[in-house]
Amino acid sequence: MEARQLATFTVGSLLFGVEVYTVQEVIRYQEMTAVPLAARGAAGLINLRGEVVTAIDLRTRLGLPPRPEGEMPMNVVVRVDDEPVSLLVDAIGDVASVSADQFEEPPETMTGPGRALVLGAYKLENQLLLALDVARAVDVGVAV
Amino acid sequence: MDEFDEIVREFLVESYENLDQLDRDLVGLEQEPDSRDLLQSIFRTIHTIKGTSGFLAFGKLEGLTHAGEGLLAKLRDGGLTLTQERTTGLLDLVDAVRGILAAIEATGAEDDADHSALVATLTGLQEPAPGEAVPTAENGPKPARRKPASKRPAASRRSKKSASGDDEKTQKAADAEPKPRVPLLGELLKQHAEIDDTDVAVAMLEQQLGDDRPLGEILVDHGQATPEQVAEALAAQAGVRSGSPAGGATHPGAVTDASLRVDVNLLDTLMRLVGELVLTRNQIVATAAAQADPAMLRSSQRLNLLVSELQEGVMKTRMQPIDTVWNKLPRVIRDLGVSCGKDVRIELEGRETELDKTILEAIKDPLTHVVRNAVDHGIETPDARIAAGKPAQGLLTLRAFHEGGQVNIEITDDGAGIDPAKVAVKALASGLVTPDQLRGMGPREVTNLIFAPGFSTAEAVTNVSGRGVGMDVVRTNIEKIGGTVDVTSELGSGTTLRIKIPLTLAIIPALTVECAGERYAVPQVSLEELLCIEGDQARTGVEYLSGAPVFRLRGNLLPLVWLDHVLDLTAAPHVDDAVYILVLQAEGRRFGLVVDRVLNTEEIVVKPLSRQLKGIGTYAGATILGDGRVALILDVRALARRAHVVRESDSTADAAKQTSVAAAHDGPEPLLVVAVGERRLGVPLSMVTRLEEIPNASVERVGQREVVQYRGQLLPLARLANLLGTHSQDDENGQLKVIVYTQGRRSVGLVVDAVVDIASEAPKSRGEVSEYGVSGVAVVQERVTELLDMEQAIMAADPRFFDAVAAAGAADVSAYAEMGS
Repeated sequence: MEARQLATFTVGSLLFGVEVYTVQEVIRYQEMTAVPLAARGAAGLINLRGEVVTAIDLRTRLGLPPRPEGEMPMNVVVRVDDEPVSLLVDAIGDVASVSADQFEEPPETMTGPGRALVLGAYKLENQLLLALDVARAVDVGVAV
Repeated sequence: MDEFDEIVREFLVESYENLDQLDRDLVGLEQEPDSRDLLQSIFRTIHTIKGTSGFLAFGKLEGLTHAGEGLLAKLRDGGLTLTQERTTGLLDLVDAVRGILAAIEATGAEDDADHSALVATLTGLQEPAPGEAVPTAENGPKPARRKPASKRPAASRRSKKSASGDDEKTQKAADAEPKPRVPLLGELLKQHAEIDDTDVAVAMLEQQLGDDRPLGEILVDHGQATPEQVAEALAAQAGVRSGSPAGGATHPGAVTDASLRVDVNLLDTLMRLVGELVLTRNQIVATAAAQADPAMLRSSQRLNLLVSELQEGVMKTRMQPIDTVWNKLPRVIRDLGVSCGKDVRIELEGRETELDKTILEAIKDPLTHVVRNAVDHGIETPDARIAAGKPAQGLLTLRAFHEGGQVNIEITDDGAGIDPAKVAVKALASGLVTPDQLRGMGPREVTNLIFAPGFSTAEAVTNVSGRGVGMDVVRTNIEKIGGTVDVTSELGSGTTLRIKIPLTLAIIPALTVECAGERYAVPQVSLEELLCIEGDQARTGVEYLSGAPVFRLRGNLLPLVWLDHVLDLTAAPHVDDAVYILVLQAEGRRFGLVVDRVLNTEEIVVKPLSRQLKGIGTYAGATILGDGRVALILDVRALARRAHVVRESDSTADAAKQTSVAAAHDGPEPLLVVAVGERRLGVPLSMVTRLEEIPNASVERVGQREVVQYRGQLLPLARLANLLGTHSQDDENGQLKVIVYTQGRRSVGLVVDAVVDIASEAPKSRGEVSEYGVSGVAVVQERVTELLDMEQAIMAADPRFFDAVAAAGAADVSAYAEMGS
């Protein structure tokens, strides 16, 4: 059985993973420029070494309450269609090695907007690792 | 094989350049049929292509150019004169060559097109037309040839039969071809001295037979040229060699070893890198300024200068003269003129004006379109022109010049002009404007409706005596690259189209402003001026016309837009009591953008927005400011549209602003409240075309009347104080405040003491009065206000105003009104 490498991070109490090869880099919180009139979820623009990158707040996308005051998100910069997009997450986790037999369809327990953004779940020993549908997550034009 | 491909590619690049030159030369030649220089240049170009295509075994191309060359040789030597048929034949030749080259570029081989008919035509054209003087000695065979056994394959493959006298001369030129740009001494001497080919050939033969003296010396010895003439010719030749323009018979496009072909992709990469460098420079300069370290500060200033110079230098490498686009136009105009039976001359001014390559490519199509339109619809047929008292030949002038960091291009024709009334009919019929809006528009604004999307799709547009085909596309394309376009037209005497475009796209000067705590960049190109109103004015300066905020800018009403409203931001409470207004220009119209603070002007590098944000449309992109933060670049056009001001007002015809702003809102007709002496007068805003301040000193007298010169016309004045029999208050500035009313082409000016206000609320009550010059009285803004009888006031200034307007044939304004009903 082929093992897959997922970079993991947490948003709220959920543990998410994305394919390692889609992740360009992980950086700490950057100052952001808000984009008025942008769709909810597009949190702002960051300066990534001279490149202007749009940051997507996964909390907003997943319908979770905003981050508590004083807590700074981390940027997980992923490449979608060869364009860098930053995912704002709460904390960065390890790289997890998972195999397909651990995979299941999105769990019934998961409801709300988040469900549409999840491809499925990997059953880890003590937790579920949700595989994020990156393309959908960054497509802020689509309501979830 | 690779090496061969390389040679073919170079051949293609060079030939394309030569063909462009050829188009220009041929059209030039038609104007100046005796020009030896031009003929020589054309001959060389065709000859070079023929030679190389023979070498590369492109048989068709060789055959075709060979036929053209034969014709050219006869023309050059005076054996034939250039007729329109011959020019057309040669132009067809250029097109055919272009076609073959395109095929070679695409497939590496010649296409299957059959050019035998053209070859036959070209050969036929070499025969003197009936009645044409048959040339004499010039056409005879020449005795000498420098290298009888040429190594050039093109020559060796040529059949014996075709080796006529012309061919030999061709051959002589061919021998000159390895360095085609430097004319032979013999050729120069032919122009400088009274010698002919034979003399030179004889001298050359002597050289070959063992005379090792220079050619010039031999000729002097023969008494065919003077030593001065030889020296002169040698100097001219040296001038060509060194690239200086001293040469008399130089090829117009002489290039020297000082230039180099560079791949555009490399330049693009360089440009991008410089863009990044500019950003980094901005950041370092900002950091250094904050640190107060003198050494650091010095270095950063030095860096600042160097980067600016580098940026300029790299930008220059991408610059090309506008002529690279223009040089196609004489041909376009000639062909179009021939096909629609018009005689049009084109004049190009400022052809050396330089523009970024990307921009040049972007304006190529719009420009061609505009020029075609000018010939097709603007310029009349020769008969119509003569009937109108104009010279039969139409004139199209293209001017390009730099101004204020932008390039201005003006396309002027001396044709029939655009009739605003016809444009108005068309615009109404296609539902682009409402009769109400139309009534509020000045002639210039109406004329500019030709740019409205949808205007051109209406049928029978060509009946509109002016432009109108696809002009919205022209405007869209110009605006896409950050430019503006505007048209002015004088019915009967011509049309001028003005295009303003930025020098480059990648790095643009911008103004940074702050709104609700965030910074935004506004491209300078859209910015007309910056206003800061403070104190009392800040509270009273902004007025409301039926709920639409306006600012009175030098007598004109400027619609206002609050950036925080447009962006849907919760405005932070205003700490600053000043109001900052950016006067912006978009789609030929003007509006004011209100921001919290104005920060800085900066060179910014435009970065595209990611896919997630492109759909918003309010932003033209993003940039990184000096402190490393990202700022959004506002799209001024989109802002204007979002704020719904674009359809409602116009800056180019400030004239119409007030009325059209008013007309766009329902409700009572707004009144312009003015003071005359002690009295308060209301004037319907729809009767106010413009407010002007005119120096007292410029008022002149014609008989009993006062007039001023105004926009090239005489503007009769009426002092309302005299009309109403009151005393005018002296104006300490020596400026008269004048309400201008225009109908059709006639205008009158009504002199008032002061403009008090614009009242948009309904008068509380109205009453009748019988006083002269007053049509009624009302309570406006809690005060008694007399309503001016406009008809009497206008008649006081110009008693024949209404007669004249009526005589002018259903005055435009009222015509629009009727059409709408």
